[in-house]
Amino acid sequence: MSKLGTLGARLHRGEIGYDFVGKRKLWYGISILITITAIVGLAVRGLNMGIEFQGGAVFTTEKTSISVSQAETYAEEASGHDAIVQKLGNGGLRIQIAGIDTGKSDQIKQELAKDLKVDAEKINADLVGPSWGDQVANKAWQGLAIFLVLVVIYLAIAFEWRMAVAALVALIHDITITVGVYALVGFEVTPGTVIGLLTILGYSLYDTVVVFDSLKEQTKDITKQTRWTYSEIADRSINGTLVRSINTTVVALLPVGGLLFIGGGVLGAGMLNDISLSLFVGLAAGAYSSIFIATPLVADLKEREPQMKALRKRVLAKRAAAAAKGESLEAPVVDERYDDEDREDDDATPAVVGPRAQRAQPSSRGRGRGRPSGKRR
Amino acid sequence: MPVRAGTSVTGRTKRENEKVAAPKKGRQGTQGRPGRTLALILIAIVALTGGMFASGHTTPRLGIDLAGGTSITLQAKNEPGQKNAINPTNMNTAVDIMNRRVNGLGVTEAEVQTQGESNIIVNIPKGTNSEQAREQVGTTAKLYFRPVLTTEVSGGDPAASPSPSASSSASTGSDKDSDKDKATDKATSSTTPSATSSTQGRAVTDALKADPTPSGSGSPSSSPSASPSASTDPATAKLQAQYTALDCSKKTVRAKAGDGVKASDPTVACGQNSQGQWQKYILGPAEVEGTDVDKASALFDTQGAAGWKVTMDFTSKGAKKFASITGKLAQNQSPQNQFAIVLDGEVVSDPFVSQALTGGSAEISGSFKQQEAEDLANMLSYGALPLTFTEASVTTVTAALGGEQLEAGLIAGAIGLALVIIYLVAYYRGLSLIAIASLLVSAVMTYVIMSLLGPAIGFALNLPAVCGAIVAIGITADSFIVFFERIRDEIREGRTLRPAVERGWPRARRTILVSDFVSFLAAAVLFVVTVGKVQGFAFTLGLTTLLDVVVVFFFTKPLMTILARKKFFAEGHSWSGLDPKRLGVQPPLRRTRRVSAPVDTKEA
Repeated sequence: MSKLGTLGARLHRGEIGYDFVGKRKLWYGISILITITAIVGLAVRGLNMGIEFQGGAVFTTEKTSISVSQAETYAEEASGHDAIVQKLGNGGLRIQIAGIDTGKSDQIKQELAKDLKVDAEKINADLVGPSWGDQVANKAWQGLAIFLVLVVIYLAIAFEWRMAVAALVALIHDITITVGVYALVGFEVTPGTVIGLLTILGYSLYDTVVVFDSLKEQTKDITKQTRWTYSEIADRSINGTLVRSINTTVVALLPVGGLLFIGGGVLGAGMLNDISLSLFVGLAAGAYSSIFIATPLVADLKEREPQMKALRKRVLAKRAAAAAKGESLEAPVVDERYDDEDREDDDATPAVVGPRAQRAQPSSRGRGRGRPSGKRR
Repeated sequence: MPVRAGTSVTGRTKRENEKVAAPKKGRQGTQGRPGRTLALILIAIVALTGGMFASGHTTPRLGIDLAGGTSITLQAKNEPGQKNAINPTNMNTAVDIMNRRVNGLGVTEAEVQTQGESNIIVNIPKGTNSEQAREQVGTTAKLYFRPVLTTEVSGGDPAASPSPSASSSASTGSDKDSDKDKATDKATSSTTPSATSSTQGRAVTDALKADPTPSGSGSPSSSPSASPSASTDPATAKLQAQYTALDCSKKTVRAKAGDGVKASDPTVACGQNSQGQWQKYILGPAEVEGTDVDKASALFDTQGAAGWKVTMDFTSKGAKKFASITGKLAQNQSPQNQFAIVLDGEVVSDPFVSQALTGGSAEISGSFKQQEAEDLANMLSYGALPLTFTEASVTTVTAALGGEQLEAGLIAGAIGLALVIIYLVAYYRGLSLIAIASLLVSAVMTYVIMSLLGPAIGFALNLPAVCGAIVAIGITADSFIVFFERIRDEIREGRTLRPAVERGWPRARRTILVSDFVSFLAAAVLFVVTVGKVQGFAFTLGLTTLLDVVVVFFFTKPLMTILARKKFFAEGHSWSGLDPKRLGVQPPLRRTRRVSAPVDTKEA
């Protein structure tokens, strides 16, 4: 525990940290690989669409002594279609029959009730016409599209378009992964899954936005200093919010895990299970993407800006100069935030600042140094 | 040296204050009077809770999937050849009609509502014959115009019936026969306080005809007098027997009256007259069908004194039929000069006819209130509604399973909450007290508001909504994590707790607002766009996100400010979660940062 606290402190000071941005190519590669796998999985195996998307009926009985195979026979006799029967955690049966219309299912229900020797009124029935699932799904896609557009606009205004683009990529990435997992594992897709998937959007973005917020704050005056490049500051932002990201993800996953356990373990199957399963997958993907994909992507995009290119040049020049003088760059930069110092380095050209900075830093870490002429605000 | 560094850091603070210029007031407010803010929100909670108990709805209304019952989703389809029939007006008419039908079954609290553009949801609670309800809901409405053979007030309080009906119908009588011909003379307002019959007898007039004849009225009718007496034919006798036995004041009886009778056969039916009394009828075979009505609308008669009236236009086929029936009826005595507009076996109106109406259009006038006229027009239009409905999904949940699902949801929520609390305690120790208190406040508010929203906007807690609430635990807890991490970061920079709280808050606040906004946006879009179960989920998610902001601003922050003054937290007790040592604030670091101390005192 205290170790974690210390870890947090060290991350905060930048003593330790993972070079997320520097190693971005590796993570991009991994993500592309996962995405390709997901797409291939989707293309080859397809999604296991639930009864809600094909039309059909799901009957759930109370606790019964009738065996699964027996119930299957009954159901197939009654309907003339293939039936899938599962035993539920509470001893009941879940009987799925695809491809029947809502009118006929009543009759099937009556027959089943007779065969299974339970009261027809005590059988839960979920009868779905063939177009209902599509309607739900279509509306969901529509919602998704509107949401994406709005979010991109919002992020572009609140932050900047590069972040909006990066967030969008991360989001699509999350959805692809989740859908891919569903295709590969063969989980059933139900309206519950769709709900879960849509929630991931909000959640994944939530995480991304927190990192971006810290990034925005830290890079506010980035051009006024020459110690860090944009990528390095982006890295610090991720590392600085890492503890929070981990905590958030854990805290989000815990209730969802509870839902999954109860939904899957106790109720057998159903809405709770469907929602929580896709949430679980999506949340994990979302946490990954906001750290490994979204922010490095912003850094990548930012580094293409002429201003940032110039900054990078200045920073590198300064470091080269410092190195030439045999100074260790690492020591002074460890735990100092650049913005404590940025005024000293305001507008100064690298050539001038370089030597002066390294002269001053070892002793007083930039604080006790004389004012740079007239540059103080 | 420290001085100079000091100015440097102060410069930063100043800049930051500029950045948060607008909220600065609020910040100082909460900083200055955290107790007051806390008291305010606690009062608000107590008031809401009080409201909840006062309203008598102490639990959220449960959806079908948790309480048990049947939920039917009907999808509207345009009838062939009719485009754009799916519009809000038509859908609302359909909802009205279905509501009448389902509730006519004696179903308690069945609810019918539109969802999305083209769906109607019918929720029928448990304990009802769901089969019957489904049949009723699924079929197309049957609207017929049948001649009235006989009628009388049925059941209820027979003693009361003669006098009020006489007096009020006398007063309404003045409007009754008014006839408007826009081309010629208008509003030849009534002559006699006609038809003191027990019927609500509104006049049907031909919009093209000029002079009103107060018809066969004026008869001091005690209504049943004119009953088809001399009938010896067994079918008629049976009908007569049914009629005698019929007690329209009973809902269940009413629902069955005239069931299964073909349109071409006479039947018995019930209807409510303008005095709100139930009246029973023997009706002849249907002469005109609902599909013969082209359109119907309610309009306010600005020229005459008739007030609200309903106009109907018939199709060409309908016009012929209507002309023929009105021609026959006009020659009869009351009540046999009336025809009944029968919707799904219930008489919704029984206007009398003064002459053959051949113009292809007609209007029903009388002492309508606006609402009544619109309702009637709706019902008439429904016969011509170019929509058919198919069952998109039917979900029947037994009460047992519903209870089980509710229980599972609650257990899942409890487990989730417990896990989150355990994690928070393990990680944040003393700070978790604040988080737990805030979570509880959040939970109480969510519960109370959900309970209140049940009666207020018909919110029903269903399984996806429960899921949404559970998922929201994470979002709510996250706000605290953002805040706590900020505070700890400030402490790591060497600040003492109180300045750390005040400095950490504006930054944490912004992060919380931005991320909650995104979350709320997702919920709002989902709620507006999607259908079915997704909506319930989105609603809870949006609600809890809003509550999260409220709780963080008005509860967590003030509480944190107050607790920051307590020794336990301020001195960084090792169990407070704010122990500088545990947070990794090391002496060497302090030395390099000692300059911060004077700055903070300055700021504070």
